[in-house]
Amino acid sequence: MKKIATGNKAVAEAVKQVIPGVVAAYPITPQTEIVEQIAEFVSSGELKSKYIAVESEHSAMAACIGASITGTRTFTATSSHGLLYMHEMTNWAAGARLPIVMANVNRSLGPGWNIWAEHTDALQERDTGWLQVYVSSVQEAYDATLMAFRIAEHNNVLLPVMVNLDGFTLSHIMQPLETVNLGDFIPPLHLAHAIDVTKPTAYGGLTGPDQQFRFRWDIERSMRDSVKVIEETETEFNKRFGRKYGFTEDYCCEDAEVVIVSMGTLGKEAEVAVDLLRKEGIKAGSMRLRWFRPFPKLDLEGKQVVVIDRDYSFGRGGILATEIMAQTREAVFSVIAGIGGQEVTYDDIADFVRNRRIGEEFWFGVSDRV
Amino acid sequence: MNTIAEIPKEEYILKCTSACAGCSDSLALRYVLKAAGPDTTLVVPACCTSVIQGIYPNTAFNVPVYNIAFGAAAACASGMSNAFRAAGKKTNVIVYAGDGGTLDIGIQAMSGAFERGTDFLYICYDNEAYGNTGMQRSSGTPLGAKTTTTPAGKTDAKKDIDAIIAAHNPPYQATACAAYPQDLFKKVQKALTFRGPTFIHILAPCPPGWRYSTEKSVEMGKLAVKTGMWVLWEREYGKLTITPPSKAAMRKPLPLEDYLAPQGRFKGIDTKTVEIIKQRLAKNLAKLAAEEAEP
Repeated sequence: MKKIATGNKAVAEAVKQVIPGVVAAYPITPQTEIVEQIAEFVSSGELKSKYIAVESEHSAMAACIGASITGTRTFTATSSHGLLYMHEMTNWAAGARLPIVMANVNRSLGPGWNIWAEHTDALQERDTGWLQVYVSSVQEAYDATLMAFRIAEHNNVLLPVMVNLDGFTLSHIMQPLETVNLGDFIPPLHLAHAIDVTKPTAYGGLTGPDQQFRFRWDIERSMRDSVKVIEETETEFNKRFGRKYGFTEDYCCEDAEVVIVSMGTLGKEAEVAVDLLRKEGIKAGSMRLRWFRPFPKLDLEGKQVVVIDRDYSFGRGGILATEIMAQTREAVFSVIAGIGGQEVTYDDIADFVRNRRIGEEFWFGVSDRV
Repeated sequence: MNTIAEIPKEEYILKCTSACAGCSDSLALRYVLKAAGPDTTLVVPACCTSVIQGIYPNTAFNVPVYNIAFGAAAACASGMSNAFRAAGKKTNVIVYAGDGGTLDIGIQAMSGAFERGTDFLYICYDNEAYGNTGMQRSSGTPLGAKTTTTPAGKTDAKKDIDAIIAAHNPPYQATACAAYPQDLFKKVQKALTFRGPTFIHILAPCPPGWRYSTEKSVEMGKLAVKTGMWVLWEREYGKLTITPPSKAAMRKPLPLEDYLAPQGRFKGIDTKTVEIIKQRLAKNLAKLAAEEAEP
């Protein structure tokens, strides 16, 4: 069915179709529309879920954990400080191997109070054991949310999945949305380690060094196995519903001499920038990274790379740039842009490419000039 | 239920717990689980009970135990209870948390879960300090008690968590102590008959923390009740009833010194502080008696 929706509504629409047993959430700008819409679905009877209006994000994730360990499908949504506040519990969710799905509307961190798009919130969750996907359109927000459940609940994964969408530039913009008839695309959840009162088990009790490292390794093994599950899920999604996704979305990369790597909505701007640059004879391409965890192998050999980071790790650099530099031998031009919702147009991105200084870092709007 | 012989023989706390000798937390839990029965899941935040249950892959508890982060027990139980009820299961969800996890770090999640009418039983076993980490003060530590972070004795009074819970208007709340096992057993059974959030506050004397010898935990619990330092009562839909052992104690309480003297944590307590404790104790007893007398 075709409709018009915001990124937030698209996420809620997907959740409605997936029918989690429990949704536990706390409102935060710019995520609120997701939880309001889900509460409305539950209230009107369109969605048969228990909606727990918790008193904090820490409790939102704790409630999802408590529900999930009974074998119930769970969902929550948050943003920015909400995500940081639940950080202890995001670690717990992954460590407890619970397939919780969460939408995170990417937003800057205080102080000051800034409600606009930035990726630093989700990237501070980098090492928790959550799979992370970043989307760039309303349609993709919907599609990725559906697929997140299938991937998280796959027996070879059993790790939580975070669907990231940019605050306002995606959460609050309206685009066409085509919903699907889900059918059996997401099988019922069968959690082998769910609580069973006939088989008393202690979960997460005292664990010695000889066991703890095995649990950590097991998370990593599943993270590696998730690569195949993601590929299978996206292939199956394309087969059933006709929309193709991958670890990256590549635009004119094959013959490109310079590739712009970015995440989220800036990746769409980058494609327009590529068109402009190609007209000028600059062989540019855009590689929009969709999955940040597990981090894919990027084919950037022999190309000049311009990385746009809407985030920063103080004392080190752009987080995406750092990850790419750790993986490839190619030197990159690291652009820090879009922090705190700073406006970045396709003209700006074209400028980054035209005036690139490979091997250097550039703060858009702060450094003298590119 | 009048004699201890009537309490079911089934054991849900098996041998080989890693509890300290004389631990009244595990003694209380033994009766809690006997009352709750096998269709029960415990939710345990960081506390002594996370240690007492044993080391992975073994557990000494014969019901499922979900261990969760320190401040998250009530929220976790809230998700669990909702999921069980949505699946049509009546499984008892019982939080078993210490005073730190209840009065301090867990109070927000607990308040939220009570306000939302979560169908669960929240039990706070109160040994009046952070026992698991070696007896640092909590807001449950009484005035004058020495802990490792109040080496000269605590200068602040114990937080009245029962009043805070009462402000949430739960259908049932009670106090108990493992020194009175039938009473504890009955209160747990009763709490589990209500739909909605219920609360039991158990005083849990702690030999290493309170610095008395390990065979005296039951005696210490009884002294707490007999001196009026701990009052056994239950409040059903807001109506308070003082439980018989405390009724007797209120008529003729033992001197407070009988309770303080055997405990190393009160050693060297000055007479002025003792007087303040006595005044507050008398005020509390009068308040409870007045509330019970209300029509």
